[in-house]
Amino acid sequence: MATTQQRASESQAPDLVEETTHRSLRSDVWRQFRRHKGAVVGLVLLGLIVFSVAFGPMLWGGDGVTPDTANASLPPSREHPMGTDNLGRDVMARVLVGGRISLAVGITAMIVGVFLGTAAGILSGFFKRLDGPLMRITDLFLALPILPLLLVVIMLFREPLADALGANTGIFILVVGIIGVTSWMQTARVVRGEVLSVKEEEFVLAAQSIGTRKSNIVLRHILPNVLSPVMVSAALGVAIAIITESALSFLGLGFPSNFPTWGRLLFDAKDYLKLSPMRVIWPGIMISLTVISVNFIGDGLRDALDPRLRSR
Amino acid sequence: MGRYIIRRSLFAIPTLVAISLIIFTILDLAPGDPTSQLPLNIPAETREAIRQALGFGDPFLVRWLKWMQHMLIFEPLNAIDQIFGVCIGDCANRSRIIAWASSAPVVDTIVQRLPQTIWVLGLAFIFGVIIAIPVGVISAYKQYSWFDNVGTFVTMIGYSVPTFFTGLLAILIFSTLLGWFPSFYTTTHVVDWTSWESVWFQIEHMILPVAVLSLFNAAALSRFTRASVLDNLNADYVRTARSKGLEERGVVLTHVLRNSLIPVVTLIALQIPGIFAGAIITEQIFRVNGLGHLLISAIGQGDVPMVQTLTFIFAALIVLFNLIADVTYGFLDPRIRYD
Repeated sequence: MATTQQRASESQAPDLVEETTHRSLRSDVWRQFRRHKGAVVGLVLLGLIVFSVAFGPMLWGGDGVTPDTANASLPPSREHPMGTDNLGRDVMARVLVGGRISLAVGITAMIVGVFLGTAAGILSGFFKRLDGPLMRITDLFLALPILPLLLVVIMLFREPLADALGANTGIFILVVGIIGVTSWMQTARVVRGEVLSVKEEEFVLAAQSIGTRKSNIVLRHILPNVLSPVMVSAALGVAIAIITESALSFLGLGFPSNFPTWGRLLFDAKDYLKLSPMRVIWPGIMISLTVISVNFIGDGLRDALDPRLRSR
Repeated sequence: MGRYIIRRSLFAIPTLVAISLIIFTILDLAPGDPTSQLPLNIPAETREAIRQALGFGDPFLVRWLKWMQHMLIFEPLNAIDQIFGVCIGDCANRSRIIAWASSAPVVDTIVQRLPQTIWVLGLAFIFGVIIAIPVGVISAYKQYSWFDNVGTFVTMIGYSVPTFFTGLLAILIFSTLLGWFPSFYTTTHVVDWTSWESVWFQIEHMILPVAVLSLFNAAALSRFTRASVLDNLNADYVRTARSKGLEERGVVLTHVLRNSLIPVVTLIALQIPGIFAGAIITEQIFRVNGLGHLLISAIGQGDVPMVQTLTFIFAALIVLFNLIADVTYGFLDPRIRYD
């Protein structure tokens, strides 16, 4: 009897029971991200750039390193779409190979910086005794003149590291290390703020009351909840790392000449500005496009992860 | 207010001391040598004796304290002597830091190079602020209009494209292709303020570097100004002012602008390290003979005293501007004075 009645009421009022599609946090964030047109364009552009520097050198050929002075300083042609430089190397090959190194340095330096910043932020937010000293250290690092110190450290340690680890690896570790060590402060501040607010939530209190060890509380409860500002910092950190590495190479204090990062290409090209202007334009455009797209992605992530904007 | 200033200044002094310790430690590990510019046939024992006489054998703490004494007391007095001709203390016999490459006192070279840097940086900064604040306010006021969208796009580009690329592009377009402005800065021109040609000659040489730097400054500042004004436009006091019958111009210029400028002023002062970094790069591109160019050439020559002094000056300027930012923030926003 009850079943017949149920079926009858269901058929009379089918709209009272709504079917809702399952919405997860990730899909919400993605939907909000897609609304930010600049961020989507940035994502597509960055994908194109990464694809071309990852597979470009293989598809295009040429290592961009061996000199061929017979073909020096040629204008753009079908064989060399971006011309050749003063030693006859194909500029397009150099731009593609250089992109690999620039992006690798940018991403690795960002990882170092974000790791240090998140660790510092969590430690200073979670453990009150460490808060004072860590924040003073952060203020100290923020007051350091970054570029002069970067230049000085590179001047001092380039030779010893190159001798110890080989020229390329040594410089890579040096550049990545010092960019990471000088860019963690912003992430630390933001993460500390988030940790201070997450620490007061009830699930943390519940975890503490059942006796969870502090390390587990940090890893399992606090860290996943502070990831949103970390992701935004990571995106913007890549942009800063790429610009800093290019600036260092542009001043002549980065990688050696057979390691053609985009900044180094600009450094080599700036003396030939009148003769081959395309040598300056292409690496510069690549740097600019990469940084613009990463900045747009960072902006889009920031909007998408902001719960006030997302709940529409 | 006075107590706030004193408290902030007391924070600045240990910061400066700590930074100087870091700079001195890093440079102490330098492989450079004061005897490197001397003739090569001097025997090793004599070189060692020269180094000992210059104080290289002293313990680290003694050398650091002597360097601090130089940086905080002697060199500023030497600089005042050089700039203003006013002699405080014993000018003739006071010890000076000598650069290794030029064998001239460090302070003399720095004082020579300082005006160029100040002119280019100062003008770029002023123009950046003059452009950024109106653009930011109008963009926020007419949010999502074409002005706002175009402005946001241009700002994002101006902020993301590195200054060395815009500098090279500016040289390419305005100097090589169009021939309007010279591509590098003449260092020998002395401005005769009574002659228009002389002044215009100097302005011509400064336009490109100042324009490149101010574009970058303006882009960074206008983003922030826009965000700050947007926050304030939805505040309750704005609604009150409008319902009181205050005209729109008054609402924006008198109330919203003042409150929005508070974080912007703080940001301006905190941008100073970035501005110096931008100046170093721009001076390299346009060959302006300022402090940044001096730093790069000193690093290339391995000239440790010059590098030490310049890095300390940059650090001291950053600490000073942070202090000015804090004090201005306290001046503008009474709420934070009482913490």
